[in-house]
Amino acid sequence: MKKRQKKNGGSPMDPLRQSPSRSSSRASSPRTLPCEMLGYVGIEAVLDQLKIKAMKMGFEFNIMVVGQSGLGKSTMVNTLFKSKMWKSTMPGLGVPTPQTLQLQSVTHVIEESGVKLKLTVTDTPGFGDQINNDKCWDPILGYINEQYEHYLQEEILITRQRHIPDTRVHCCVYFVPPTGHWLRPLDIEFLQRLCRTVNVVPVIARADSLTIEEREAFRHRIQENLKTHGIEVYPQKCFDEDINDKILNSKIRDFEYSSLCYTERIPFAVVGADREHIVNGRCVLGRKTKWGIIEVENMAHCEFPLLRDLLIRSHLQDLKDITHNVHYENYRIFRLNESHVLPRGPGWVNLAPAPASVPAPAGPQANPSPPKVGGWAKDNSDEEC
Amino acid sequence: MSSEVARHLLFQSHMATKTAHMSPQVFDNEEKQKKENTRSLAMSGHVGFESLPDQLVNRSIQQGFCFNILCVGETGIGKSTLIDTLFNTNFEDHESSHFYPHVRLKAQTYELQESNVRLKLTIVNTVGFGDQINKEESYQPIVDYIDAQFEAYLQEELKIKRSLFNYHDSRIHVCLYFISPTGHSLKTLDLLTMKSLDSKVNIIPVIAKADAISKTELQKFKIKLMSELVSNGVQIYQFPTDDETIAKVNASMNGHLPFAVVGSMDEVKVGNKMVKARQYPWGIVQVENENHCDFVKLREMLICTNMEDLRDETHTRHYELYRRRKLEEMGLTDTGPENKPLSLQETYEAKRHEFYGERQRKEEEMKQLFVQRVKEKEAVLKEAERELQAKFEHLKRVHQEEKLRLEEKRRLLEEEIIAFSKKKATSEIYQSQPFMTPGGNVRKDKDRKNSSFM
Repeated sequence: MKKRQKKNGGSPMDPLRQSPSRSSSRASSPRTLPCEMLGYVGIEAVLDQLKIKAMKMGFEFNIMVVGQSGLGKSTMVNTLFKSKMWKSTMPGLGVPTPQTLQLQSVTHVIEESGVKLKLTVTDTPGFGDQINNDKCWDPILGYINEQYEHYLQEEILITRQRHIPDTRVHCCVYFVPPTGHWLRPLDIEFLQRLCRTVNVVPVIARADSLTIEEREAFRHRIQENLKTHGIEVYPQKCFDEDINDKILNSKIRDFEYSSLCYTERIPFAVVGADREHIVNGRCVLGRKTKWGIIEVENMAHCEFPLLRDLLIRSHLQDLKDITHNVHYENYRIFRLNESHVLPRGPGWVNLAPAPASVPAPAGPQANPSPPKVGGWAKDNSDEEC
Repeated sequence: MSSEVARHLLFQSHMATKTAHMSPQVFDNEEKQKKENTRSLAMSGHVGFESLPDQLVNRSIQQGFCFNILCVGETGIGKSTLIDTLFNTNFEDHESSHFYPHVRLKAQTYELQESNVRLKLTIVNTVGFGDQINKEESYQPIVDYIDAQFEAYLQEELKIKRSLFNYHDSRIHVCLYFISPTGHSLKTLDLLTMKSLDSKVNIIPVIAKADAISKTELQKFKIKLMSELVSNGVQIYQFPTDDETIAKVNASMNGHLPFAVVGSMDEVKVGNKMVKARQYPWGIVQVENENHCDFVKLREMLICTNMEDLRDETHTRHYELYRRRKLEEMGLTDTGPENKPLSLQETYEAKRHEFYGERQRKEEEMKQLFVQRVKEKEAVLKEAERELQAKFEHLKRVHQEEKLRLEEKRRLLEEEIIAFSKKKATSEIYQSQPFMTPGGNVRKDKDRKNSSFM
């Protein structure tokens, strides 16, 4: 017999995020009466049913790694998933650096304890490598929006598939070079644009070149930078307001507590390694240098375990949820509003032309007249111009 | 409860079999994966994403679950009692009257919680079903209600700014159809209703008040019912048999359909326990005794084993069917006139375009009409003004004439007055003169008199 406490709809999505407000749910959130059950019914068996269904269907996860070459992106991915996703690239003499940014995706199905995971890793070789890196984020944004577009097209079909394949990028790991100073202008530009479209997790790459104190200082400076420029990385800040209240009420859940821990330590200082060495009789992954072996999974050495836990062990589902409920919805709103632009005479509202990062949609679009009204939702403003 | 233990064992054995013949070092068949353009990978260590199902479950726990049951059956057949028994509570209950003129649907939502699972349960009851003398319109309100829920969801899904993740899903996940225990066959009303509902909702037929039939009759009744349903092409919900853990149980349960149930919240002492039962002079019908009725099976199937599948079916089959029909009705198709795939957006835009054209046209029309009316009114008013003006002129003229005439008269009058006063003056002068020359002046007077009158 349980006494029900009427919770105020405990979804982790806070209305402060750019998600649609909670008050706009269906007008008749029906009058619900709490009821006590006089005995065991078996409702919690639904959790098992969920698990069975999930195991049968398998999971999907798409991750993108962005950073300049030589920062250890491929190695990091290999370390994260403990397998050779791709060969770590080493610049050979005969291999020219790519002139433009080209994205490469690779998909693997990995299985652990019966759980199947279809993992897609997208690499961005050539990012930030050119002399003029202007607009180097465009191909990346284009790729991300393309995935949203695919999903949207599938979703608005009349005869839809039972399960729409999800190729949207759930998480983008951004590698910050370990200069020890500040975020570079390229980083700031990129992060500003990307944090609005996708979940971004910045990490300090090759952190073994920084001492612990330098790491802390660097981290603080980066956090300051992020705050100054209004960049919201994952876990998004909207958690904090909820979380502080919850700490006060000490009703905090593991999940939110760990989010809080993560928020304080982002960006993580990570080291990647895919070779094993023997340390004290144990076999560990690490980098061997003349002055010692840097153990990747040792919290004292680097924060790789934090990154791994965040991405895989505790927040994977949350990353997917935020991508689906927030970023995808934002994209959808944008696209559906934009499609109202039709090349007709007076009475039609011309939205600002789509930014270069959004691929030109199939519908009628290119109206070069200057934008009369900009903005997102313009459903009803089709009065005379 | 034995069923609970059984369920846990089942799940654990499932996990065990999975782990037994899977180890991280096993390669999947390359060929199968290559077909999907993906490669399988062997991991050299423990990564940790086996917690993924738990993450999923945690999120679902936080969001809560939602389940909607529709009970269709005649008044007094035991719907409310059965729901009470199923969920082991006393929902609000008052007996409904038999005299409603139409079938109405009454929905009530309850929040239940068991350990950490929150369930928002909505029970929809048909009030007045089968009570009318003319039952032709009995099933239409039910169909309309189900469609309305689908419509509401579709509207929310088609909105631009939508919030699907905290939308209270009111679509009916399962329909419990109560068949009255006549022992003979399905009534026509039942057949018609089920036929019209089977493509919109998962139907589970149950035989209500099963303690009114004996065991042998029950068997025959069940067989008769199922054969009638099959021969009339009614598709009832079949428990899914594709997952090995529950396939066997479900398959055997499928053979026991329709469930013969007895509902009761009253407790009776049997042996040394208090059980839910109905007490008769000739014995006690225990609700949770599998020999007495199929209640336990129903609860197993409905709640413990297949709740998620019911919701899934509703969303992926019934709702999609409704959506497809609705969108096709609106004239949207997936392929355009030249059989090129036409996006929903383009057709939508075209329609929107059309509608706007219509609207423009109508606006123009109304404008024209308005202008015309204004003109007419203006003309009328001008006419009135002119008339008024003419009248005014006329009146003025008349007054002028009057005035002139009066002036004339006045002048004449004044002349007369002057003449008269002159005469008066002369006569006075004559009277004042003494009588001195009476004879000689008489002629002068006379002359004068005569001349003054000339």
